[in-house]
Amino acid sequence: MASHLDSNVIPPSRQRETPRAGLTWIGQSMKRVEDPRILSGKGGYIDDVKVPGMAHAAMVSSPHAHARIVSIDTSKAEELPGVIGVYTGEDVATVVDPCPSFASPPVTQHAMAIDKVRHVGEVVAAVVAEDRYIAEDAAALIEVEWDVLPAMVDIEASLEAMGDGVLHPDDRESNKALDESFEFGPVSEDFDAADRIIKRRLRWNRSSAQAIETCGVISQWDAFKGGYTIHANTNFYNFIPFVIGGSLRVSPGEMRIIPVLTGGSFGSKVFIHKIIIMTSALSRLSGVPVKYIEDRLEHFTNSDSHGSDRLYDAELAINDDGTFKSLRFTVLDDYGAYLQFGVGTHGNAMAQVTGPYQIGSFGMRVIAVLTNKTQQGPYRGFGSEVTNWVMERMADAAAEELGRDPLELREQNMIQPDQFPYMIPTGNIYDSGNFQKVLGEAKSLFDLDAWRKKAADMRAEGRCVGIGVATCMERSVYGPTEWWSLNNKETPGFTLTSTPEGISARIDPSGKLFVTLHSPMVGNSPETVVTQILAERLTVAPEDVVINYSDSQSGFNGVGPQGSRFTAMVAGACVSAAIKLEERLKRFGAHMLQRRPEDMELRDGKVAVKGLKDQETSFADIALNSSFFRLSFPDGEEFDSGLETTAVYDHPLSTDPHEDREHLGIFYPIVGHICHIVAVEVDPGTGKVEMLDYAAVHDNGTIVNPRTLAGQVWGGTANGIGTTLSEQFNYDESGQFVNPNFAEFAMPTANEMPRNFKLGHVETPSPYTEYGIKGGGEGGRLGAPSALTSAVEDALQNYGVKISALPITPPVLRGLIREAEQAA
Amino acid sequence: MAKVEMTINGRSVSGVVEDRMLLVDFLREERNLTGTHIGCDTSQCGSCVVHVDGKAVKSCTMLAAQAAGSEITTIEGLASDGELHPMQAAFRDNHGLQCGFCTPGMIMTAVDIVNREGADVDEQTIREQLEGNICRCTGYHNIVKSIAAGAKEMGSGMKEAAE
Repeated sequence: MASHLDSNVIPPSRQRETPRAGLTWIGQSMKRVEDPRILSGKGGYIDDVKVPGMAHAAMVSSPHAHARIVSIDTSKAEELPGVIGVYTGEDVATVVDPCPSFASPPVTQHAMAIDKVRHVGEVVAAVVAEDRYIAEDAAALIEVEWDVLPAMVDIEASLEAMGDGVLHPDDRESNKALDESFEFGPVSEDFDAADRIIKRRLRWNRSSAQAIETCGVISQWDAFKGGYTIHANTNFYNFIPFVIGGSLRVSPGEMRIIPVLTGGSFGSKVFIHKIIIMTSALSRLSGVPVKYIEDRLEHFTNSDSHGSDRLYDAELAINDDGTFKSLRFTVLDDYGAYLQFGVGTHGNAMAQVTGPYQIGSFGMRVIAVLTNKTQQGPYRGFGSEVTNWVMERMADAAAEELGRDPLELREQNMIQPDQFPYMIPTGNIYDSGNFQKVLGEAKSLFDLDAWRKKAADMRAEGRCVGIGVATCMERSVYGPTEWWSLNNKETPGFTLTSTPEGISARIDPSGKLFVTLHSPMVGNSPETVVTQILAERLTVAPEDVVINYSDSQSGFNGVGPQGSRFTAMVAGACVSAAIKLEERLKRFGAHMLQRRPEDMELRDGKVAVKGLKDQETSFADIALNSSFFRLSFPDGEEFDSGLETTAVYDHPLSTDPHEDREHLGIFYPIVGHICHIVAVEVDPGTGKVEMLDYAAVHDNGTIVNPRTLAGQVWGGTANGIGTTLSEQFNYDESGQFVNPNFAEFAMPTANEMPRNFKLGHVETPSPYTEYGIKGGGEGGRLGAPSALTSAVEDALQNYGVKISALPITPPVLRGLIREAEQAA
Repeated sequence: MAKVEMTINGRSVSGVVEDRMLLVDFLREERNLTGTHIGCDTSQCGSCVVHVDGKAVKSCTMLAAQAAGSEITTIEGLASDGELHPMQAAFRDNHGLQCGFCTPGMIMTAVDIVNREGADVDEQTIREQLEGNICRCTGYHNIVKSIAAGAKEMGSGMKEAAE
């Protein structure tokens, strides 16, 4: 039978290193090589960097959500001793152009506002001064006259706004930035033929990563070279020169971006292009190097990294026997005042929107809404954490309406182990998996049967105890078509298809393996995993591997740690580099031992004759000879001095979106699977949720380092717990952001985390990546919200409370309980 | 302006600072001890914790002038001769850090907890007393484990020293 997916042909695997038992270093819980310098206080984060002659910037931010700038008086600030210069958005615009935008058509954004502000915290002027204290004093002396405009705060009301309520009247007539509809497969037919349609309205509210380090930049304009030297804690330093060169009016090669150790990202520091552009403009205008470090308030209100803020009207078509047939929804997403990445967060969600279930078709209408809030950016999950929750809410709703056990209904619809690679209706594939095994492990780790009985007993005593199970997908190794595949197909914008990762490697005459990475350390463990993979492939000792970082003028177009890609992608680059080094090592080593290269093998850091014990020479000897004794080797460029190489690895498995968007191609195919089970008790008097027991089982393919992967799962789960139970950005009717600080934005502390947190792993290797590695950087936050929501609903079953919005803070839960009590 | 003298990591230092200069800025900007971090500006995150006369203090909440005459220990003062302090080593052994930004403050708080509660400090006490230190990477699981292990190691060090 013809299918809309027929044209989406799965390419062959390019895997060179097969998953296998008996590996030496891959799979070891090696201690991190990054740690000693960090632990001793010598990490070198952005604010630790000092450049000679450096001045400091402080910002004047808008107190209004939406207002015209009538005038800015900087005279008093300019007179303050120690002030080097004061600059408004108009000054900044003399040396830089608007920010880049992945939205198509773009929504114009200036690094510093001109004429109008569109959210609280938007910067309108800056002071450059000898130190930050003086800069802040001077900023407080700047007087701005405002003409306040109507603030658009509500997602649905903003769609109806006219006149002064329209945020970008020059770009668009309304606050609807994008409205696109898709049908992947026979959605209407499947809905018509289904026995029942389950409908739910679901709301996911706004929060963000709030890494403990804010974003920061030091930029130095060089008038003679006509370029910038920039230190910044961006995740993406080898890519953004190409993105921001146009804004800075210099060619990408005239920028040198130097990476720093980064104090957490979770997506929030992927680009940080706005403050790089702004700080660079301040350096060019003032003539001195300028440092700008966001304070926490600025990070909350102006850092362009707010998470998803969505309203779903979702429908699941099912048969009475429980079979899931089709899923469709309309989603409104409150993107805030600008649209830097278009609707990439919805593109991302298309990777796994139907979850682990066999669902034949999927339809969507996505509407991006502009409001007077800080714009969205990436946050751990990049939109898929929301669709995971929507899918799981719909599965629970189906179980409720059918009177079925929610877990049994999930198992009935799950993709089976013999169905991989499995193509979902959007065109993405799930490369491999064994969801049943993951679920089985989780059940036994949690002791689900015992807990179900225990919870029932506790409920019989009048306690509000419940259990929630979530079975979710964890896509990894992102492909960049997600950024643009949902744009209008007539105006798709920049149709990027590359996500390379590279390394360079050199064995020096002392035998050390020096490796240069082209992506920064952001809290992942790039140095540790690269050390383990190269030690494995080249048979060297981990202590002989030394890791460094390039800058943007010496590095490749590396994409860095995002989209749960880094370990799998850099493994590919490591294998490529190792193959090239091995060839040279064998050529030189064979000559030294008077053998043929094809007779040689790598053994414990040596080149050895196959099958002969004592016929060997160490890498150090080979490197020494190849570096200093050229006349010992034949003429010819194959014996050029030294042992060094560079290698780039491209996405292992991706295809283009269909030109008419009948499908979106393969773009996020290396999938993990997760099962979270949690038992909670709710205090109905206060709405407080306590986690009594928690089990998480993740399948991330071949594990490079169990301890660092476990760290990612714990951390992601903590983020998911915060998203579910306590974290929300609150805006009042005038668009004031009322809780932008760590006192009122309630992130979990050690005492709010579950005590009995049990972690398990299943390893289903990918058939497409080197050694079968899958990514695992986001999984905790992709599973925890669904499991916790179900558990809380289960705990409140006697009240009949239904949960359709996150977060479920104590006041929210208390309100739902009160409503239920009043209804009863 | 105020002239301040204090002992930082065993070394006597002096400086002339504005009355309003925060201790954390004095350490970072004047003394170049950048291991003490600023995370939140409002005294919640604990990235800036140092020891002032043996007690854990958030150095973003104290003026440099207030610290005059005090003995300050920062994260840079814990390790000696390339040897990590037992608490630092415990964080490494138990993967108690990821991005590492909150880590100096966590470790300074952890050492303070052990100084007050002893080597056998229990998990619940550790969790409660980490109230003023926020980590966004680890979910705290391994931090709590690290502190318990570091406490034991510090305890055996103290015993050895006593013997």
